[in-house]
Amino acid sequence: MSLKVEIELTLNGATARASVPAHWSALTALRQTFDLAGAKLACGEGECGSCTVIVDGESVNSCLMPAVDLNGRTVRTVEGLWTDDGVDPVQRAFIEKGAVQCGFCTPGMIMQARYLLDRNSDITDAEIRRGLEGNVCRCTGYTKIVDAVITAARAAA
Amino acid sequence: MSETASQAVPRIEAYYAPTSLEEAVEQIAAGDVAIVAGGTDLMVTANGALRRIKRGLMNIRHVPGLDGIAETGGRIRIGALATMTDILESDLLRAKAPILPATADRFASVQIRNAASVGGNIANASPAADMVIPLLCLDAEVELASWKDGAVSTRTLPITDYFTGPGKSKREAGELITAVEFDAQGAGGHAAFFKTGPRPALEIAIVSMGFMARIDGGTLSDIRIAFGAVAPTPIRAPETEKLLDGQTLDDDLIARALESADTEIKPIDDVRGTAWYRRRLARVYLEEELRNVLEG
Repeated sequence: MSLKVEIELTLNGATARASVPAHWSALTALRQTFDLAGAKLACGEGECGSCTVIVDGESVNSCLMPAVDLNGRTVRTVEGLWTDDGVDPVQRAFIEKGAVQCGFCTPGMIMQARYLLDRNSDITDAEIRRGLEGNVCRCTGYTKIVDAVITAARAAA
Repeated sequence: MSETASQAVPRIEAYYAPTSLEEAVEQIAAGDVAIVAGGTDLMVTANGALRRIKRGLMNIRHVPGLDGIAETGGRIRIGALATMTDILESDLLRAKAPILPATADRFASVQIRNAASVGGNIANASPAADMVIPLLCLDAEVELASWKDGAVSTRTLPITDYFTGPGKSKREAGELITAVEFDAQGAGGHAAFFKTGPRPALEIAIVSMGFMARIDGGTLSDIRIAFGAVAPTPIRAPETEKLLDGQTLDDDLIARALESADTEIKPIDDVRGTAWYRRRLARVYLEEELRNVLEG
């Protein structure tokens, strides 16, 4: 077993601490140590985006980020979108537009969409499509996902 | 890669997160460490590279001075930790080295651009590395730091002379890539980046091409042509550049340039494409770009 390294981060608004093996990915730490199973492991190579989380305001593939590099960072996962007011507007739009089929890609899609909308309140449809290039869905054919994100963007604007 | 498999694999005995360049290069000199920044190459191969080679893992993201994009006295310096997103969004580069943001726009996906560093793209030394193509066109120099006689020592290597084969370069075991530097480009230059793969995003190039030139009343000068994934390393096409230099484009010159470029590339058949297809694509890209120039 690898050396374990102490990390401390801000995870969905709260301080979190753990001791993680030095070779782990951030995704493994989120799922196994912090019990946040929203982000998914699919390709493990950064091709599919199902592990997308937001770290210090930037969306990243958590399967490619070393867990040790979580130290000192601020991380948002899909679990952190839920507030006292209910689900995030992006999640609401996914429900309303029927943008979910098997659901495996959904947490990554929603976090990437949340990132795109946070970065650009005046985002175009084309920019949404390009911004989701790194997220693969094998069920929907993407139309409803893109519709949902456009709906959320227009509702926020 | 399953989570179970990834846990069964590497045994890392030491983790370093240096907060100074001195600390970083001294530790690199001392031992068997894998260097990680964005992780987008290293973590993909966690089942391979990390297991095979390294006892220690070094995170260089906290080393000051390795980030940023700045111009000083006509030279632009990009720190090794600058991400593809930093390059894509840099107003300085858009104005004075537009081929770099044009390439970043075709690099992987948003999530990878947010993590992948320019230093990592060079260190990985892939024959298909996207960001190396514009840096070749810019005649960039790679700055390397190491620990010598109790102090940090730096040297620079021209990127045109940096790569020696797939995954191989002149960077020595104790050296850390700290920056790339190149001349700021004046206004009015022409620059373009081409790349192909079966999917618009997240492609490892089957062929890539960078092209820069000055065009004055139809006459070409200061031509830089670079190709990726058609040789053991990313390459420039110096004979083709010479052929075009000082000339005015016409159909005959374009035809001769395509023949010349064809002799300068050495593609192979592999899982992503055949040598025949790569030769074809290289011609298509160069012709398309020269016709863009010809037609203004």
